[in-house]
Amino acid sequence: MEKFSYVNATSLEQVTTLLGDSGWGEVMLIAGGTDLLAELKEYVETPKTLINLKTLPGMSDIKADASGLKIGALATIDDIARHLTIQHHYTVLAQAAGSVATPQIRNVGTLGGNLCQRPRCWYYRDESTDCLKKGGDICYAVDGLSKYHAILGGDPVYIVHPSDLAPALIALGASVKIVGPEGEKTMSLEDFFTLPAVNPFRENVLEPNEIVVEVQVPPAKANTRSFYLKAREKGAPDFALASVAGVFEMDGKTCKSASVVLGGVAPAPWRSKEAEAALTGKMINDTVSKQAGADAVKDAQPLNDNAYKVTLTQNLVSRAAMMAAS
Amino acid sequence: MASWGEASESRLIGKRIPRLSGKDKVTGKAKYTFDINRPGLLYGRILRSEIAHANVVGVDISEAEALPGVKAVIPLIEAGKKIRYQGQEIAAVAAETDDIAKDATRLIRVDLEELPYVVTEADAMAEGAPQIRDDWAGNQSNPNVREEGDLEGGFTQAAVEVEATYHAPVQTHVCLETHGHVAEWEDEQNLTVWASTQGVFGVRNDLAGYFNLPANQVRVITEHMGGGFGSKFGPGVEGRTAADLARITGRPVKLMLTRKAEHLVAGNRPSMTQHVRAGATSDGRLIAYDMKGHGTGGISSGAGFNAPYVYHVPNLRTEKVNVAVNVGNQRAMRAPGHPQGAFAMDSLMDELAEKLGMNPLEFRRINDSNETRQAQYTLGAQEIGWHRRNSVPGSGKGVKKRGMGIGSGLWGGGGGPGTQARVTINADGTVEAVTGTQDIGTGIRTAIAIIVAEEFGLSPTDITVKVGDSAPGLPSGGSGGSQTTASVAPVIKTAAAAAKQKLFERIAPQLNAPVEDLRVGNRTIYVVSDRTKTIKWELATGQLGMESISEGGTWDEELRQGGVAGTQFAEVEIDTETGAIRVIKIVAVQDCGLAINRLATESQINGGVIMGLGQALLEERFMDAQTGRMLNANLEDYKVPGTFEIPEIKSIVFDTHRKVTGVGEPPCIPTPGAIANAVYNAIGVRIRELPITPDKILTALAEKKA
Repeated sequence: MEKFSYVNATSLEQVTTLLGDSGWGEVMLIAGGTDLLAELKEYVETPKTLINLKTLPGMSDIKADASGLKIGALATIDDIARHLTIQHHYTVLAQAAGSVATPQIRNVGTLGGNLCQRPRCWYYRDESTDCLKKGGDICYAVDGLSKYHAILGGDPVYIVHPSDLAPALIALGASVKIVGPEGEKTMSLEDFFTLPAVNPFRENVLEPNEIVVEVQVPPAKANTRSFYLKAREKGAPDFALASVAGVFEMDGKTCKSASVVLGGVAPAPWRSKEAEAALTGKMINDTVSKQAGADAVKDAQPLNDNAYKVTLTQNLVSRAAMMAAS
Repeated sequence: MASWGEASESRLIGKRIPRLSGKDKVTGKAKYTFDINRPGLLYGRILRSEIAHANVVGVDISEAEALPGVKAVIPLIEAGKKIRYQGQEIAAVAAETDDIAKDATRLIRVDLEELPYVVTEADAMAEGAPQIRDDWAGNQSNPNVREEGDLEGGFTQAAVEVEATYHAPVQTHVCLETHGHVAEWEDEQNLTVWASTQGVFGVRNDLAGYFNLPANQVRVITEHMGGGFGSKFGPGVEGRTAADLARITGRPVKLMLTRKAEHLVAGNRPSMTQHVRAGATSDGRLIAYDMKGHGTGGISSGAGFNAPYVYHVPNLRTEKVNVAVNVGNQRAMRAPGHPQGAFAMDSLMDELAEKLGMNPLEFRRINDSNETRQAQYTLGAQEIGWHRRNSVPGSGKGVKKRGMGIGSGLWGGGGGPGTQARVTINADGTVEAVTGTQDIGTGIRTAIAIIVAEEFGLSPTDITVKVGDSAPGLPSGGSGGSQTTASVAPVIKTAAAAAKQKLFERIAPQLNAPVEDLRVGNRTIYVVSDRTKTIKWELATGQLGMESISEGGTWDEELRQGGVAGTQFAEVEIDTETGAIRVIKIVAVQDCGLAINRLATESQINGGVIMGLGQALLEERFMDAQTGRMLNANLEDYKVPGTFEIPEIKSIVFDTHRKVTGVGEPPCIPTPGAIANAVYNAIGVRIRELPITPDKILTALAEKKA
């Protein structure tokens, strides 16, 4: 990696001031560092300054009460996976957190880092490949090896968003609190993520001088069942070939409302309104769940090597729906 | 005639003995080459090409040399030469820290004139492809053709025929400890090298030749070694470079390959593609086999594979071609040519059996003349519960479907002459065994202790074993071809026997008994004809005074044997909705002759099965035609088995005789074929390409449905 200076953060004001107006890549934030360090070592990022967020007080708390969940951006993935209230009432989130990487990474990786991590694409991660995401001319996945790439929302950059927590949190209706030079704002996590058609270089709406500080999740509804299903080639550590975060409000076998978010198949966590519509108000059975799966992928446009993801995603959505009714 | 004696007479040999270095390894006390730190150590790094094919116009090292902390920069290629694959060495740096060394490599300016390249076999074989080897038209070697019997006549006798294409991609070795060395010059004429190698004497001789030194002025040490699998014989460019840098700077230099370089340049198992047409008679005999195939070993040759394999076909024609691509060269990898050949052959066997309406096990029995394997079929089938398999493939109920399969293999492993060893009995009763072999993780250190301890009636922990050092001047061959134990054990055995004889000759007069009546056991020498006459081990050795007994040994052919058979059964479960494959159990029945250490032999089999499972389900090198680069030169996208992938493994040490035979390689051979056949038995769709990943399962199931 290139040399950089290292600053321990003392306050959010200091952090946003240091981020300043130098744009992306000059000053970068580090918490767990499990993603960033790899980028530095591969020279994908070469910041001049790193700000260590771990010294910020009070940002790793997880608060659970009648108003829902508030999770500080510095909470570790392991904290989330092991939290009893999350396990019982926000199961999809605990399952997603538990599926991340390895115990070592879950012990240091943070919520904020997981949401803001960069793509795993093997062209993007190769220093010598000047791909579209890094300001080059083409997305090499289009004509290249695309087994792990996007089937939905890709154009013009076919990365997949690697986060497991993001689909789960979006399915739970989470919002994200962001602090910038103008103060703080809160937005839905679903709107936080963007597609390459909007901005090919970034995966979310965060400005270079903004920082994610907290994620809020509304109270779990009664009679809700939720699941995170993650298909991968290897037990661990492995990123999702495809994943489904499903939150289902049930009345017996009837689905009163459904929230279905896909991971590993699109450049952003992919809310499947189609699958949700296919399930909402329906008595869940084999036919209905299969229809939901089919609807979830009806707009899929696979590349050379990833048509299997269409089938896989379809089956995972159906499976999640059947689990909700079982 | 020399012999290992009967099993009933053995106190240690053939028992399950924990390895001597086990505790050091789990506590971190064991020092691998990576762990060697010498006073004044410098760190070496190599700049490698990211371009697959180019003419070198110039290499400018001046900026790198000027970086503070840099002690030496040497070009490894010069203007006018060619870069022929990604990862090829351009220049090397030695610096005060590893970080400075890395920074310095990035200051080296390389002027390249890029040339057209091919990095995939399809591109290399395509019409009008760039010619990347002057000697191979169309980037292909002359075909290697083998003909036996009457092929067309054979096909006329065939009741059934199968025509299929089987493919296994390039696999890399993924040694946990990457290749590397620490080189230190004592003076201008004496070099010591700590090497992560499978052959300390090979490295010694190579470096002695390179520096034009007498061989005994180069000392090579390999105390512990983190995996080689055939890729770690000579010092390679990196070893010579480490020694060059150490000489130029006058300081010790550590140069270990990065994980990326390990994938790119430290060897790989060549790919295999076979187009086969084969026939069998109505009574289940293989009768005709016509195979045209190719593979790539990178820019070099060496892409051989065994076809047909294990089973005898009387009428055949095979044609094999090497394909050149602009990618790093192959090196021997655990049973070169066998696992991929076995995968194709065992898949073919099942396809033929199915056409014949025959149980695949019965079909093998008819076509396998090896009696050992015949017995293994029976044992393995019992152990896995072969009767439980789907008689109709894919007929299991539910989303998750189970199936069983079988695969087979063969190997040599009989060892050879050339090892020198010395067994020494000291006056204080201590015993030392010294030889120039190396323990590459397979447990030869413990095996030597067991053999000596057995001979002297001592415990293995009483024996000091010194291996992995060329300094004593007791050469032994490289650890390859599963040859180490069968090469070393007979020499140790005869050396220990000779030393014991010498001790008996010293003690016999005191015990007033003929030498041939003396025995040793339980730390006591006694007279077999009069058990009241005894002398404690330490009392006996105490009389040696300053004259230790030190004896060499000879490689006695009677103590070893080559040729092993193995068979494996796999049970798998497939989630037909996700394509996820879980191997539930592998039964590995491995012929091995006399297992010196049964525990280590079982570990060896476990390791082979795990490696075979990686080849079957996970491992593949991805080369990108657009950039000429390997896309997964890491351990994220180059996937190897982890704890979640490893099934119950029933390793059965199938002793067939009391002679030593190596089994380093054979246990990895049958696994991919057994798993592939189990997958077919589970879902009724055949995957003819390794690795068998969820995408292939889902695609095949979708095609079946359509």
